[in-house]
Amino acid sequence: MKSCEYQQIDPRALAAAAPGFAPPRTGKSAPRARRKWEVFPGKNRFYCGGRVILARQSGVLPMTLGLIVVTCGLFFAFDCPFLVEHLTVFIPVIGGVLFVFVVVSLLQTSLTDPGILPRATPDEAADVERQIDTSGSSSYRPPPRTREILINQQVVKLKYCFTCKMFRPPRTSHCSLCDNCVERFDHHCPWVGNCVGRRNYRFFYSFIISLSFLTSFIFGCVITHLTLRDRKLNELCGCRALTVLCTVVELVICFFSIWSVLGLSGFHTYLVASNLTTNEDIKGSWSSKRGGEDTGNPYSHNSIFTNCCVTLCGPMPPSLIDRRGLIPADDAAASTAAAAASEQELPPFMAKSDTHMCAQSPKDLLERVVRSSDRYLLCPPGTPKTTPQGQGASAATDPSSSSSSSEPSAPDFTERRSSCPSAATPCPPYGRGTKRASLHSINPAFRLASPSPTLSRAPLVRGDAPVLGFVPPP
Amino acid sequence: MRHFHNLHEMRHSASLANKVFIQRDYSQGTACRFQTKFPLELNSRMEQALFEETVKTLNSYYAEAEKIGGQSYLEGCLACATAYVIFLCLETRYEKVLKKISGYIQEQNEKIFAPRGLLLTDPIERGMRVIEVSVFEDHGSGSSTPSSSCHSSGGSSSSSNSAAPGAGDAR
Repeated sequence: MKSCEYQQIDPRALAAAAPGFAPPRTGKSAPRARRKWEVFPGKNRFYCGGRVILARQSGVLPMTLGLIVVTCGLFFAFDCPFLVEHLTVFIPVIGGVLFVFVVVSLLQTSLTDPGILPRATPDEAADVERQIDTSGSSSYRPPPRTREILINQQVVKLKYCFTCKMFRPPRTSHCSLCDNCVERFDHHCPWVGNCVGRRNYRFFYSFIISLSFLTSFIFGCVITHLTLRDRKLNELCGCRALTVLCTVVELVICFFSIWSVLGLSGFHTYLVASNLTTNEDIKGSWSSKRGGEDTGNPYSHNSIFTNCCVTLCGPMPPSLIDRRGLIPADDAAASTAAAAASEQELPPFMAKSDTHMCAQSPKDLLERVVRSSDRYLLCPPGTPKTTPQGQGASAATDPSSSSSSSEPSAPDFTERRSSCPSAATPCPPYGRGTKRASLHSINPAFRLASPSPTLSRAPLVRGDAPVLGFVPPP
Repeated sequence: MRHFHNLHEMRHSASLANKVFIQRDYSQGTACRFQTKFPLELNSRMEQALFEETVKTLNSYYAEAEKIGGQSYLEGCLACATAYVIFLCLETRYEKVLKKISGYIQEQNEKIFAPRGLLLTDPIERGMRVIEVSVFEDHGSGSSTPSSSCHSSGGSSSSSNSAAPGAGDAR
């Protein structure tokens, strides 16, 4: 969680994290409407047309489910007949209700969006970048980007997320396994195969509470079963040995799981009552020993009862990633004029690979570099500062880097270009927009286009970015 | 001097426009609230009071959606009793208010923002982090254009690029 501050700057990783990114469509044929989950940048898996979301590694979820189903299956098959006969018919009824509750809440926890925050759009990222103080930009490692805000008269530090290109809202944390920022991030639970966050914490809590009831119930029933059967020891002939064996298996499973489940339930009950998250509790964000003066959870309400109600019965926030939403139609009909104007210019360059660049005349090259570095301005803000210039072997092996050494921005640019697998998708992290939008999104940065060779540092140029006003050329 | 009468057209060319972002206001907790501070970029476009009223109305809608009270507790407890299966088939109050909000934003866009060459984007489309206001250049409001000096020196490529927004808006 904390080590992911700087690692995502590698554009290669970003490109790999967006497997849904298809090469650009050249023609306007086959405009199959794509949904947003198909280009979702995080490491999640989607099923049923985006209705169902799972973390990438969810191998433990079938195990959890299997363990519950097997234990309950054994219980219903071998213990219940005996207990119904000797005690009451309500035992399988209670067990059944609990079992259904556990499985339903487990599936809800696993399959709902935990509260993923969508990544910032290029415009928003550029805006945040503009606001960030760029004084120490010369050093290799920029100072940690934080912003301090007051929440209920208490200072809270917001960290900048280099992957999502935004300041993380309070209580939000970036899950390194899913590569998403999750609101009110609790923890990433491998057992349920999902992050536990703002939207599915109540499901998770009801899952562990009902699971602890179920485990205790089965444990109690199994012990009762064995005790009663022990009294009639003489009945224990060969045909009943299987029953006893299964009961003992249940007993062992329950014995080992009951402690962890009960402990977890207790811990989360404490968290719910004090309106904390596991993440905050582990970090000790609001513990008294850290700050000294007015520390204390700024989100907590005054009474335990209110905290519980807010966490478990509060209004259910909506999912912010519009998974099923259609990606806006490719602007084909929308911006015909703009597309036509810029298509004449851009696609020849787009279609070419990087190696073509060195074959061009220097003037042509310069022009292209300037133009495409303009495009870069709006794509990965922050990269110029955090990516060391001329890093890696890609820059060294790139034939164009030597030829364009007179242009300060060229090596930086070619290096990044070559690391992007598809030449026309310069900014994979913003995969939610259309490809054409990323090609032609003529943003403020385009208007700054000036082919002066000093155009090397994005923040420098963006610093004097005109915000308003544009006069078309005569 | 061009005016935008068609919201649909504006939305499609929104990627070409300048953006102003209204950030969230976390001073009272994590409930959804936006800062009512008037952005300077909109100074030449619209009246401060009008803008603040819009943001305040939005804030009150969000407060209504996230209000913690009898109704939300009832809804929550009912959902809990059914193992939250009810969420799959029942529209929560939050969703109802969100619909109201998108209706309100549409109405404000038609009445106030579009005639001024501005466009509000529903915060739900931006992860509830910002209210995005697109400022369209081509609205001949006579604001000073610092970019003009910049693009005059541009070569053929850059000037054709920067001409694109104008061409897009001209449709």
